[in-house]
Amino acid sequence: MKAPARAHPLWIAYIVHRLSGVALAAFLPLHFWVLAMAVSDPGRLDGFLALTEATLVKVAEFGLVFLLAVHMFGGLRVLALEWLPWRPAQKSLAAGAAAISFLIAGAFFLQAV
Amino acid sequence: MPSDVLHVTIDRANGPESFEVPAYDNQTVLDVVSWVQQNADPTLSYRFACRVGMCGSCAMMVNGVPRWTCRTHVSKVTDGAAIHVGPLRNLPIIKDLAVDMDPFFDKWVAAEGVHHGGLTRDDSIAVVDEGSATRVEANAGIECINCSVCYAACDTVAGNADYLGPAALQRAWTLLNDAKDEGSVAILDAVSGDGGCHNCHSMGSCTLYCPNELDPMSAIAGLKRETAKNFFWRGR
Amino acid sequence: MLGLRLYMAQRITALLMGPFVLGHIAVMIYAIQGGLSAAEILGRTQGSVLWFLFYGLFVVAVSIHGAIGLRVIAHEWGRVQGRALDVLMWGMGLAFFALGARAVWAVTFAGVVT
Repeated sequence: MKAPARAHPLWIAYIVHRLSGVALAAFLPLHFWVLAMAVSDPGRLDGFLALTEATLVKVAEFGLVFLLAVHMFGGLRVLALEWLPWRPAQKSLAAGAAAISFLIAGAFFLQAV
Repeated sequence: MPSDVLHVTIDRANGPESFEVPAYDNQTVLDVVSWVQQNADPTLSYRFACRVGMCGSCAMMVNGVPRWTCRTHVSKVTDGAAIHVGPLRNLPIIKDLAVDMDPFFDKWVAAEGVHHGGLTRDDSIAVVDEGSATRVEANAGIECINCSVCYAACDTVAGNADYLGPAALQRAWTLLNDAKDEGSVAILDAVSGDGGCHNCHSMGSCTLYCPNELDPMSAIAGLKRETAKNFFWRGR
Repeated sequence: MLGLRLYMAQRITALLMGPFVLGHIAVMIYAIQGGLSAAEILGRTQGSVLWFLFYGLFVVAVSIHGAIGLRVIAHEWGRVQGRALDVLMWGMGLAFFALGARAVWAVTFAGVVT
């Protein structure tokens, strides 16, 4: 009862969407918690923000922006597939979504460096 | 004359079992399974009927992919000279390669995959416009033979026991677009429930593996579109 | 597990978040130039009704969207079902909303009101 071969573009689009969603949901509470320090403990917030100067954290930020972008564009692809009259070019759309995400994350990374 | 030997592994109740089967130039996976049953182990259970891809009863997992074994040539799927055959995924196993298809057919009915007629024998036959957009949609899915290959391919079915699955939902979409069927309200309600079309993640394994080259994923997208439209305009 | 109403709630919040996400990414790219500081963030957002509405609605949408998404995954991959699944979904959604609302309030009106 082995699961069927999964290495096809739409299955990969599905798993990327799901895993990026889980990762974003895991990051969100931390994001909110740190931001709330703006009033309660501004010094501590600045301590966290200073961390963003480290290269490793910049790479992690790049990852987060990529996850956000890929989740949004992948999600728009799903919405287009579900609510707009069907078009067969699904695979190209999925690839395009990933490409745009990478562009945006790259732009962010270049600004951050 | 056998030119070589195939190394066949079959998943059975007590785990995988290996057989050496003579290889021929022209041989389907069903031929291989039948050879094992007739020459090596008569207790091997499996199911087939027509042997020509019309009845939909011989589907099994072949090297991890759900296929009609009768229409799958060994040369197309062998990994070296090895083949792994198992019972269809996502369905209860009765014995060896025979699965219980009841959940599959029950969901077919639960998705309102039945005829909803409004005419009697005294009425004239409903006129079908072959060129209309709805007829084109209905025709697209009408060749389904209930083999359950898409159902076995679907990871959403694997994780969500109540999900009606690609075949049943595709039939619902076909009937929704059929001018002769008058069950549109019942169909839309049936596919909007807890196990309905909205559980689909459009991963497309159904469409990829359908031996008849049908497109259940697009049919399910059509159901989502219709139910969403109804939600916006009629609040249901 | 996922009926029409939850599906619609998730898809509508998804559509709503499209502009929010693009705006958020644009702000990030703009704001990160020259480093970040608490003062800089507050200088931009404090007392602003517009930022309060932008991020306030964003938080509401993401709480609904995220909670329904996690519901699906908990069912398919974690075998959670029935009442437990509803409790999990509502718990996640309310937690997202509480944390998010607290953060939005902190960077917009907390310092202004008190």
